[in-house]
Amino acid sequence: MFAERSGRSEQSAAFPRFHAAMSRHSFSLCHAGAVALLGALTLGGCGKSTGSPRPESALLVAAYDPARTLVLEANKRFLSDELAAGRTVTVRESFGGSGKQARAVVDGLGADVVLLGLADDVNALADAKLVKPDWAKAREGKGAPYTSTIVFVVRAGNPKNVRDWSDLARSDVALVAPNPKSSSAAKLSYLAAWGWALRQPNGSEIAAESLVRAMYGKAVVLDATARGASTTFLQNGIGDVLVTWENEAYLARDERARAPIEIVTPSASIVAEPAVAIVDANVDHHGTRALAERYVALLETNEMQEAAARAHFRPRNAEVLAAHQREFAAVPLFTVEETFGSWSAAKAKHFADGGLLDRILEARR
Amino acid sequence: MNVTPDASLASTAFAPPAPPARMKHLPTGTLAAAFAWTVIAVFVVVPLAALAFRASEASAASVRSLLTAPRVLAAFRITFLTSIGAAFVDLLLAFPIAWSLGRYDFPGRRLVDALVDMPLALPTSVAGLTLAALSSETGPLGRFLASSGIRVAYTPLGISLALAFVGLPFVVRAIEPVVRVLDESALEAARSLGASEATVAWRVVLPQLVPAAITGFAVALARSLGEYGSVVFIAGNLPFKTEVVSLFIVARLEDHEPVAAAVLAIALLTASCVLLAAVAGLERRATARFVPAERL
Repeated sequence: MFAERSGRSEQSAAFPRFHAAMSRHSFSLCHAGAVALLGALTLGGCGKSTGSPRPESALLVAAYDPARTLVLEANKRFLSDELAAGRTVTVRESFGGSGKQARAVVDGLGADVVLLGLADDVNALADAKLVKPDWAKAREGKGAPYTSTIVFVVRAGNPKNVRDWSDLARSDVALVAPNPKSSSAAKLSYLAAWGWALRQPNGSEIAAESLVRAMYGKAVVLDATARGASTTFLQNGIGDVLVTWENEAYLARDERARAPIEIVTPSASIVAEPAVAIVDANVDHHGTRALAERYVALLETNEMQEAAARAHFRPRNAEVLAAHQREFAAVPLFTVEETFGSWSAAKAKHFADGGLLDRILEARR
Repeated sequence: MNVTPDASLASTAFAPPAPPARMKHLPTGTLAAAFAWTVIAVFVVVPLAALAFRASEASAASVRSLLTAPRVLAAFRITFLTSIGAAFVDLLLAFPIAWSLGRYDFPGRRLVDALVDMPLALPTSVAGLTLAALSSETGPLGRFLASSGIRVAYTPLGISLALAFVGLPFVVRAIEPVVRVLDESALEAARSLGASEATVAWRVVLPQLVPAAITGFAVALARSLGEYGSVVFIAGNLPFKTEVVSLFIVARLEDHEPVAAAVLAIALLTASCVLLAAVAGLERRATARFVPAERL
């Protein structure tokens, strides 16, 4: 046995490259292990990393990707405001998909403040007892400093004449959408289509179901994320219509003079309410509650609402919104709550395992 | 012992100096084994156990309904078929690359040698995005293929393309060391007995490379089965067509359902282990058959 072991070390001395080691016969276990490890690391998250209490002066903000520019601007302002008040603080930020960020905080990312794409992702933090269960009621405006909605992006000139949700069901319209299973934008798009159908003359659950069935039953690409769907539609030229966040659509229009696109706002859509929350368990642990509250208050200021408008979000503040009214298409917006009762009810009916979405996708066979 | 030819040749061709006599009395073997076990326990066994523990929270009924759903079964089929297809493509591509790298000094050889490993260094999502842009119907490659009626991006072909890309270095690096240490005397003997070059390649060279090629195949396959980053952007994720298991797993996680994700992960892992064990058996048989006993 011992001789054999030293034989192997000779081999790696002769071929000091990792792949020499790979050509041994006993690869199956080690590579099965490598696969396993990757999976396990993904699922296990990075473990608890809350660590020891940080000083009052350090704040960690975990936000969802589309809020990146906004959060970076808020942090800059926050630092200078605090400095002006004679306090030296540091702010760190973390960005990722909304669901991914919520999971990271549940798994131990010690964020003091979260800014997530869906209120439901903050509910997940409440379920994990990190945020007070009544977090939404505790703050005016449901904790979101701005809102957004779901719109369509079409090719220049709108060659397929896409005007409203019902057009997405047409067989000649190739739809690119993120998958509602994995993307929060996609969940809202689905619910927006449903809510629109309910609101039509003679609208009914049956009509709503046939609309989403037509949309998701024939979508040509179901990307994992909203950004992925944008790439598919804009860079790779797939599809006639992309259903996405309003702010993403405006950003895409700003950036793409080369391959022009048009934004189509449907006759009614859903209000997307990103959510801000203080992570109670973490601020109590870090002793940063006062700091976190000042940060959240900053997001409500007119200056930050202006910044939100510049990033194509609809400011919550009526005054600021009025000033930017012309930039946003006037569209009747309905909420998840008034249409579906609550997020959890909508999820249970539509997106849970074996829910309506699963049944629609099963039928693609 | 069952050692592949490069190992045995390496030990004869590059025999290291004999260790000092007193080293033999040090318990290095035991120490090394203890170290190996510790590292494997920390990096592999513990995370795996945690995963299995998570999965065990699921009820038998929910596991059954999760794993027998037609869409999940279709995802498993797509995952395995595209991975196996990609590994075969890698085999075909890797042979000439490994052969030229191992046998010849050609202009730019060192550059090729370095570039072969690039897919390992590139973030897989970047690879996926780039390949999707290249092979979609408006991309430079995709436009050309679309004119002959072949669609790559957003089809199973696109998934295989991405997987072949990330798997290629593993296969090249498995075969190349064996190419370097081919048994020249056997080649000469075959030629002197009147064998044509084709016969030499087929009857003398290829058998020596088979075990390493199978190893490379298996590693590329193992890598492909769990691949996520490079696949999601090019797959289009259409149920029953281009939806892979890793996407299901990530979707469950995003939906705050870690138990369902863990169940799917364990299922994928188990299926992969069975497949890899079969390939390992194949490789052992190939070694026994093709590698002469005196070289073991």
